[in-house]
Formats: sequence, C-alpha cells, structure tokens
Amino acid sequence: MQFGFSGLPAKVSGFNIYYMTRAKEYIIEKCLFFSALITVLTTIGILLVLAIEAVDFFKEVSIIDFFTDSQWTPLFSEKHFGIMSLLAGTLLTTFIAIAVALPIGLTIAVYLSEYAPKSFRKTIKPLLEVLAAVPTVVYGFFALMVVTPFLQNFIPTLSGFNALSAGIVMGIMIIPFVSSLSEDALYAVPKSLREASYGMGSTRFQTSFKVLIPAASSGITASVILAISRAIGETMIVAIAAGQIPALTLNPLEPVQTITAFIVQVSSGDVPFGSLEHKTIFAAGISLFALTFILNSISFWINKKYQQQYE
Amino acid sequence: MNNAATNRIKDKLFKYFGIVCTLIGLTVLAIFIIDILIDGVQRLDWKFITNLPSRFPEKAGILTAWTGTLWIFFLTAIIAIPLGIAAGIYLEEYSKKGRLANLLEINIANLAGVPSIIYGILGLEIFVRVLKFGGSLLAGSFTLALLILPIIIVSTREAVKAVPKTIKEASFALGATKWQTIWNQVLPAASSNIITGIILALARAVGETAPLIVIGALAYVPFVAKTPMDEFTVLPMQIFNWVSRPQHGFIINAAAAIIILLCVVFVMNGIAVYLRNRAQRKIQW
Amino acid sequence: MKTKKISVLALSAGLFFAACNSSQQNNEGTESKELSGTIQIDGSSTVYPITEAVAEEFRTVQPKVKVTIGSSGSGAGFNKFARGETDISDASRAIKDKEKDACKENNIQYLEIRVALDGIAIVVNKENTWIENITTEELKQLWEPNSTVTNWSDIRPEWPDEKIQLFGPSTAHGTYDFFTEEIVGESGASRSDYNAVSDYNVAVQGISTSKNALGYFGLAYYTENKDKLKLISVDNGNGPVFPSLETVGDGTYAPLARPLYIYVNKKSAKRKEVMEFVNFYINNAAKLSKDVGYIPLPAAEYNNSLSQLNDLSNK
Repeated sequence: MQFGFSGLPAKVSGFNIYYMTRAKEYIIEKCLFFSALITVLTTIGILLVLAIEAVDFFKEVSIIDFFTDSQWTPLFSEKHFGIMSLLAGTLLTTFIAIAVALPIGLTIAVYLSEYAPKSFRKTIKPLLEVLAAVPTVVYGFFALMVVTPFLQNFIPTLSGFNALSAGIVMGIMIIPFVSSLSEDALYAVPKSLREASYGMGSTRFQTSFKVLIPAASSGITASVILAISRAIGETMIVAIAAGQIPALTLNPLEPVQTITAFIVQVSSGDVPFGSLEHKTIFAAGISLFALTFILNSISFWINKKYQQQYE
Repeated sequence: MNNAATNRIKDKLFKYFGIVCTLIGLTVLAIFIIDILIDGVQRLDWKFITNLPSRFPEKAGILTAWTGTLWIFFLTAIIAIPLGIAAGIYLEEYSKKGRLANLLEINIANLAGVPSIIYGILGLEIFVRVLKFGGSLLAGSFTLALLILPIIIVSTREAVKAVPKTIKEASFALGATKWQTIWNQVLPAASSNIITGIILALARAVGETAPLIVIGALAYVPFVAKTPMDEFTVLPMQIFNWVSRPQHGFIINAAAAIIILLCVVFVMNGIAVYLRNRAQRKIQW
Repeated sequence: MKTKKISVLALSAGLFFAACNSSQQNNEGTESKELSGTIQIDGSSTVYPITEAVAEEFRTVQPKVKVTIGSSGSGAGFNKFARGETDISDASRAIKDKEKDACKENNIQYLEIRVALDGIAIVVNKENTWIENITTEELKQLWEPNSTVTNWSDIRPEWPDEKIQLFGPSTAHGTYDFFTEEIVGESGASRSDYNAVSDYNVAVQGISTSKNALGYFGLAYYTENKDKLKLISVDNGNGPVFPSLETVGDGTYAPLARPLYIYVNKKSAKRKEVMEFVNFYINNAAKLSKDVGYIPLPAAEYNNSLSQLNDLSNK
C-alpha cells in the first residue's frame, strides 16, 4: 500500500486525507491556543483577587498618601501607609541581586559555551542548576547565619539584617537562570556563524561578544528578564535576611523590608482577615504587579529596538 | 602591541575570568552543602526517613514530607509541562505578530515576577474554594503549575526560536503541514533547551513554601497521601516549621531534611539532564 | 536501552508506592470504641506544637482518626474556621470582632478553650552585668512609640551609657500585640527602630552575640538557650519576679503571661472523634504543654473547660 504523508493509506480518497489533516491541524491549533489562554486567565485571576480587596483598601486610604508617605507602619498604633519604603526595599535588593547574577551568569554562559571542553560543560551545567533548586527558606537562613557574619568581618557597620547579604544570596540563586538559559541560546547559534568568524581570524572572545551574543540576544535578554522578575518576586530570602521593618533608604548595610516580605509577614501572622491591616497586602501586591509590568514593558521595547538591528 | 596580540590577551583574560566565575558559583554550592552536611548528617538514618512528625526531635521523621514532595513534583510536572510547551509553541509559531502578541509576551514575563504567595492566594480562592479541591495535592500542584508556567513558556519560545529557519523551510518544502513540522522537526531540535527550562521550573516548584502554606499544606500530616485529593505536607514546609522551634534537636532535624531535599532534587535533575544530553547529541548544527 | 530505561522507572515507581503503603499501621487488638474520621486543625504557629503533641499521643489511643494540623497563623486560621473549613482553630490570641462577625455570617458557633500559658521572657546578653530586674514602667518607657530612650543610662543613670540593641517579634505576631497591649497600653503601640524577627531563634542568636542587647519572646526560647542568655525579672509593683513554670502558672509573673487558645466548632464537636479528641486535649494539655515549653493552666480551669465541653454533648 502506498502511504501518504499523513500516514494513511493513499488508497483512501485523497479528498478525505486533505480534509482530515486540515481538521487535525485546526483542532491542534485550537488546543495550543487554549494553553496560551491560560496565562491570560491567570493574570485576570490575579488582578481580580488583588483588586477586589485593594479597592476596599483605597476607600480608606487615599492614593496620594499611599504614594507620598515616607513611612509604612500599618501594624503599629500610629499608622502610615506609604508604599515608597517597601518599594525602596524591593528595588535595592533586586538591584544587588542582578549586579551579582548578570555578570557572573553571562560570563559563565559564554565560558561554558565557547571555552570549556564539552565534558566540563556537561558536568558543570547541572551542578549550577542545583543552585536554583535550593529552597528559598534555606537560602534565607544561609544569608542570615553565614553570609552576614562573614561580611561583618569586612564591614563592621553591617547590620544583622541588611539588604546586601539578602541581595547577594538572591543573586547566587538566580545565576543558573542567566547562565543556563543564555548558554542554551548561545549553543543554538548555528555553527556556520561561528566558523565564519573563526575563519576570519577572530579570537573566541571577539567571536563571543561580537557575533554570538548579538545572534543569541533574544534568548539572552529573555533569560535576564526572567531573572529580574524572579528577583523582584522573591519572598523568603528577603523576609528572613533583609529585615522586617521597612525603611526608606538605599543603604544596603541597613535593614529594609520588601513588598514580598511584608505580604508574607502579614498573611502568615495573627492579623485578622478582613481588617484594614490585612487589606494592605493586596494594595502592596497590586503595586508590585504594576511595577513589574512597567519594568517588563520597558525592557520589551528596548529589546525590540536592539533586535531589529540583527534580524 | 598590534591588534592581534591585544585580542589574544583579551581572550586569555576572559578565559580565566570565566573560570573564576564558574568557580564562584561552584564554591558557594560547596560551602553550602558542606555547611548543611556538618549540621545534619548525624541525624540521617532509616528511622528519620520513615518516621512521622513528633514533638520530640529525636523521634520526628520526614516520611510524609518527602512523599509529599515527590507527589507534588510529579503532579506539577504532569500539569505544567504539556501546558507550558503547548502555550510556548502557540505563541512562537502560530500567533500573529502584533499588539496582542506583544501584550501576551509582556504578560508572561510579568507573571514570572508575581510573588509566589500571591499565587497561593489565587490558588486558595480558585482551586481550594471555587473548584472545591480542598487543601489537597491537586490544589497545591495546580497552583505551583501556574507559578512555574512562565518559566517553561519562555524557555520553550526561545528554544523554538533558535531552531534554524532552514529546517522548517525544508520540511514545508517536502509537503509537511505546520503541525507535522513542529512535531517531527522543531520540537526534537528544541527539546534540550526546553528541558533546561523544565529543570529550572520544577526545581523552583519543589522548593516553594509560601504558596503551599496559604493553600493548606499542613505542617502535621500523620499519613502518607494516597490520592491527589489527600491533604499533604512537603519538605520545605517541614524544614520551615522545624527551624523556628526552640529545641535544638529540631534545628539538626531541619538540616538533615535539607540534605534529603537536595538529594531528591539532585536525582530529579540528574534524570532530566540525562534526557537533555541524549536529545542534544542528535542535534549537530 | 529502552528496557533499561523502563526498568529504572518501574523500580523507582515501585519504591515510591511501597513507601506510601509502608506507613499503614496494623490494628492493635480490638479497641472497645475504635473511632475513625478526619479532624482538620489550623491556626497559630505558636499553639501548633501543643496541638501536634496532643495529636501524636492521641494517635496511640485512636490510631484510625486522622488529625491534620496547619500553621498558617491565627488570622488565616480564623478565616478558615469561620468558613467551616476547619474543625478546630489554634489561636495565640482571643478571637477578634471582625472574626466573630464572619463566624456569625456563616452560622458557625464555637467554644473557646484556653489550653496553656506562654510566659514572655525579657532577656539580655550573658555579659550584661548591670541589669537584674526591670519594672513594667521602665519597659513601657523603653518600648513606647517615639521613645526617647536610646542608651541603657537613659533608663537608670547607674547603667552604662551604651546604645541598647533591641530585639522583638515582628508586628504581625500575637506576642507583639500582647506585649504592646500589656506594657505600653495599646496593641500595636511600639517604637519601630528595633530588630524585628519572625523566628525567635534568630533573636536568640542576635542577643547572644551583642553585649548591649535586650529582647522579649516566649519563655521556651530562653529555656532552650539558658547557656547563651540571661533572664531578668520583671517588677509589676509587687517586687521583681522571674518567669518560671510556677510563677507563670499561678499568676505571680504578671502581666507577661499570655493565654493560648483553641476554638472548637460546635457542630464538629457533635462528631464522636472530635469530641473524643478535644476531651483528650483538655485532659492532657497540662502535661503536653510542658513538653513543648509552655506552662499549664491551673487545674480548675481545665475542669471548667471539660464541663463546658460535656454540656455540648448533652445538648
């Protein structure tokens, strides 16, 4: 029997094969579409869950106060609801984390992809991926009990809870996000590009930075954005090691509280549900969502502009 | 010094820098593991692995915790992997470029940044209460699946993007349909990179505490879960619970439990890495 | 190759399911009233250790009753309790008005039972030679909002002119609420420049390594770390008293002795296994709370709770 491309006997009228494959394609496309739709549904779900309570919150606290008050003390007797101090905590720790993860992660990616022998790459890559698997609770205590005392030897003014240790440990946790995903992107660049570059006498350094990284830029940027998002949304490391009292400061040696740490503190504490104090977590949550949305949009447009040069 | 010489120096310097960076990552991992081993290895024995929780640290064990972690791992994987890969393929291959597609892309990156505890609150409302799964493994794994979905989607997209156009064009030229091209050519080519994303995503899921606490992962579960509708606990929760108890014995228990968790992760990662290596061997361009 | 892969997978799956089934306990003879069922408990992580201890002992008496305990916090616990999702709620504070309303809305009637006391200890570093006791008035001066006290000498001039390092629970915790209410006079009224912790072991670590430190937390954390910390006595107007099993239990260590509660859903209590469990709880709370570092209530109080519980079953 002759078999057509769809695996059915060609004896079956060609007419039917055509429509059967068309139908199959259509169904598959719709299934894939619904999978993608889940992400939209998730976002809608999150926004609903946050907004319903946040709206109640803003009935009692003015938005202007929310953005301009320099203190965040909803659980003290004298209540202030200024999100700026929590925001400062989030941005400070994220910045430190990225400052650690980005250069180290990218360098590792390039090194493993271009310089290291194949067998080395095969063993090291999974080992580094274990770094992403350590429970964040454990990282938090590591930052508090090991990293902070260690750093205090060099920086005597370092407070017991501080943004620096938490940021560094967060950075270490994110390294595999940057290194493994970027390295995959680099590895996938076709050999022809590499060979052309080496054929013209370039060193590995030149090839990596002038040819491969631009060619893999889409994948690399995606991994960086994923890493940044991960850092902003990280909860336990900062809750344990960065501090539990918000402070409007950019000094990494002082305790700060991030938006995420605050949310965890209140939702697992003894605050009664339905109270204004409890609703603060939804207001804080929605601010975080808005922040990441703005950051992601900005990086998206920057990426698009950069990419156009290399398409 | 001429250009060629400077370039060679830059090349060598970078090579050493690369080695240093890699060593930093590995050294931290080593310090970490040694620290935990020193604290916890004394407590590791068969009883610890098969006992139920107890108020006496010497008697307390992690049976329900590690079986719970394994359950969560498998259930979350079954839910998130097909959904994530499907969504990634759709977004990369099928959707038309345009404002809607851009918005979707930003949206997914955004979801990756939502704190895990918010996913917990979402999961509590939808899976536990509305869908009535209760505080069960099913609710927990669906919630975690949503949490890690963006990671899988992003890596699938990038993996598919990286497959050279020539492969796809050749397949179309031979008369294959879009799906046949994807299933027979693109996916196998992209599989190793997709697996990396899956490894990172599942590793995250297994280490999460906060969303599961909100859903109702319990700290004391005196039985091993037998169906996805059962209540459960997981290793990170047990660790978190023990670490804040005043009795010193519990701190040692926590360290031992961390060792077990790392072993579980290591084994899972190992299997995935083996699969990835096999997939990569076939791709040579 | 393929068979090797399949056999490895099958082996691991087999081991996994063997573990699942190995924890099934064999029936021990024939208990006269062998009960079965599930009891769902959630709430305060402070009360959790007591409830865990009770459930552990209960399992030896009624092995077929499945007791599951969460520790999502008093607030989250009440939230679930008010929706009828749990049978018993652990709480390190009394139920608040908003939560009472939520229960009413869902027709949940409950029984409030005090199960133990948590003494709050004031501790300092072992090298602190100058302080032996402190009055509640001085504590208030130290901890009130916008407090002007920064150095030890600001409290008593004979103490060193060194900056005090303060440690305490973070604001979402019952201990914080209780301490501020009893010492400062209003719940939540506290200065904000102290090291706030969620895990008191961290406070223990911090105080034991800082000579000028002072902190407050549950007595159990002092008892387990006696070698690292120094306990100071509190004077409430009747002379300085050290917190201990006796002084907290009979009320002489005041006001820093806070009660721990469980709330029982009356409808759930109609089920035999729940009634049995709560009975067991009250009967054994004195002994078991000591095991985990808390202090038993006077026997009269437990008897009172028992009779309230039995009234329920007779209705």
